[in-house]
Amino acid sequence: MLKKSLLLLGFSFGISYYSFSQSLGETISNGELHGNFQLDAQYYNEDSVIGAQAVPEQLLSNGFANFIYTNKNIQAGFRYESYLNPMLGFPTGYKGSGIPYRYVTFTNDQLEVTAGNFYDQFGSGLIFRSYEERGLGYDNVMDGFRVKYKPAKGVYIKGLIGRQRLFFELGPGIVRGLDGEVFLNDILKKWNEKATKITLGASFVSKYQPDQNTQYILPENVASYDLRSNIQYKKVNFNIEYAYKYNDPSADNNFIYKPGEALLAQASYSKKGLGFSISGLRVDNMSYRSDRNQGLTNLLINYIPAFTRQHTYNLLATLYPFATQPLGEIGGQAELIFKIKKKSLFGGKYGTKILLNYSTYYNIDTVGLNDLNTNRLGYKSNYFSLGDEKYWEEINVEISKKFSKKLKGIFTYSNIVFNQDILQGKPGKPMIYANIGVIDITWKVAKKHAVRTELQGLFTHQDHGSWATGLIEYTYSPHWFVAVMDQYNYGASHGEPKVHYYYASFGYIKNANRIQIGYGRQRAGIFCVGGVCRNVPAANGVTISITSSF
Amino acid sequence: MKIKKSLTTIAFALLTTFLSAQSNTVPKNIEVKTLDGQSVKTEVFENDGKPIIISFWATWCSPCKRELNAIAEVYEDWVDETGVKLIAISIDDSRNVSKVAPYVNGSGWEYEVYLDPNGDFKRAMNVNNVPHTFLIDGNGNIVWQHNSYTPGDEDELYELVKKLANGEEIK
Repeated sequence: MLKKSLLLLGFSFGISYYSFSQSLGETISNGELHGNFQLDAQYYNEDSVIGAQAVPEQLLSNGFANFIYTNKNIQAGFRYESYLNPMLGFPTGYKGSGIPYRYVTFTNDQLEVTAGNFYDQFGSGLIFRSYEERGLGYDNVMDGFRVKYKPAKGVYIKGLIGRQRLFFELGPGIVRGLDGEVFLNDILKKWNEKATKITLGASFVSKYQPDQNTQYILPENVASYDLRSNIQYKKVNFNIEYAYKYNDPSADNNFIYKPGEALLAQASYSKKGLGFSISGLRVDNMSYRSDRNQGLTNLLINYIPAFTRQHTYNLLATLYPFATQPLGEIGGQAELIFKIKKKSLFGGKYGTKILLNYSTYYNIDTVGLNDLNTNRLGYKSNYFSLGDEKYWEEINVEISKKFSKKLKGIFTYSNIVFNQDILQGKPGKPMIYANIGVIDITWKVAKKHAVRTELQGLFTHQDHGSWATGLIEYTYSPHWFVAVMDQYNYGASHGEPKVHYYYASFGYIKNANRIQIGYGRQRAGIFCVGGVCRNVPAANGVTISITSSF
Repeated sequence: MKIKKSLTTIAFALLTTFLSAQSNTVPKNIEVKTLDGQSVKTEVFENDGKPIIISFWATWCSPCKRELNAIAEVYEDWVDETGVKLIAISIDDSRNVSKVAPYVNGSGWEYEVYLDPNGDFKRAMNVNNVPHTFLIDGNGNIVWQHNSYTPGDEDELYELVKKLANGEEIK
């Protein structure tokens, strides 16, 4: 069977093949083919009120389709992508169509081999993570080989080599990595039944890029390593991770030779009805790319998680989101979630759920070395103190309450301090202090019919002033939805117009197929998903989005 | 010539597979993590021949939490009546992964929860966006799937679970 499956992959490996098409066909049909696709298109109107410019193509579209074929131990797949031309806000480098992702994986109990493209991550990603955020056009997938081997229960070792995707091409640098993890309770007999569970991990990554710089002598190979451990004791979990990167002069750090470091620690405790977590990290000069001259989100090798609450309500999520600062930051967050029991004073008939979140970030404490003409180490940093510039602070409370079988509400309050000079790259702009409130009510009108409303307010004296958002959504389960929204910048001053950003949409869902059509205005701004952000210009027009899995 | 012929065969066979519309199964050899950080393969997803619901969600996804909180209220009855098991797959990455267990326990969910921090299982199951919910029969076949959540969707899902538990076909 295996032989046949391998033969079947002849088209990728160029193995020649003789005439047993019949049985080959049968073998292939024993496998499964499935996939998914998404197509987004927008027809653009000019709209001088919000600053939306005319688009010469009038219509822009992004689309992709994945196909995965699996047959016993073999999995093969590819993704076709097409950007004709990329929609506004997407990196223009995507212009065109192609197959940037294709792979074959063979797996058995101990071994997994992938040839072609793959996504992977070592630990939290501090020195290596290849991943995609489709909605933002972020994709640094590897193209090369990966081998994962499990010599015994509770142990694995992984090796990989490849180049990273840059739109429809590959970056110039080669990335090589090794990663291993041991679960002590599995390999030490004495520990099998212990309540304390310990996992230890280590990884090593190195990139190679030729030095073509005329001004400096640059390291062509840049190595980094990462050590981590996770300890679980009953309901308590603690993990700590340290990463070090050797000197890596780049456009990001102004070609200084200082090594980079990151330290991350997280702890959590939870039992039924109560959960608590706290996390913190310190990052110093940790931008790591497979092309030292790139910027934006291109060819990043590593990933620095943002320890702030990830919001979904429009005004909270999109106006002033935190963005990680790989060159230097120190921060963290604490989150508490608990349930007030049913039939108590504050619990009511159904109980009440409360979530509290606090997060804050500062710069690191540095002293300049004035050595840009000699050693070019750039600066010294003090490990144990904060810098004097606040980047971010948020206090957030969310109360979820069910009033009756038909009525549910979620109430959110947030207070944000936002350093737009650093986080949005607007030098000289003042700190933003904002209070935000959201009332989200779902009313189940009848079986299958529900109406949901959101009322949001963002109150600030800085930047564009205060905003209000109202949304009404009517859903008829499981197929139909229609929604109208208006985001109103009523607090605009300094001669800026008080603009309404209205948007209406409706859609139809059948199983894993979904079609959505919308019309309205989109605000210019920085949009973030999962800590990755991109700048989106203002737009006005009709959008259509189709997704499907099969 | 030979290559051309073989390519045609392969294309034809793929097409046959596609058109024969045999139900797809849940891949067994993808790695996910338990809440205490151990790696396990998806072959551990098992419910003694009774139906399984697999639901992809994230701590930052409101409709996902609405769906799973709505099911949590009736989950005990579902399990008693049909023996169904819900497996919740969190696609939170290292930014939020440490908040998953506190959220799950803090909300009092009784589901089996796994982590898919770099989206390996999500890709293998062709999930575009969350929430995405699958219904699996006793033989591991995917018999139904649904993308997004609106209030009341859980009722449709439960009707299908009951059909499966009674040994009826779902089409």
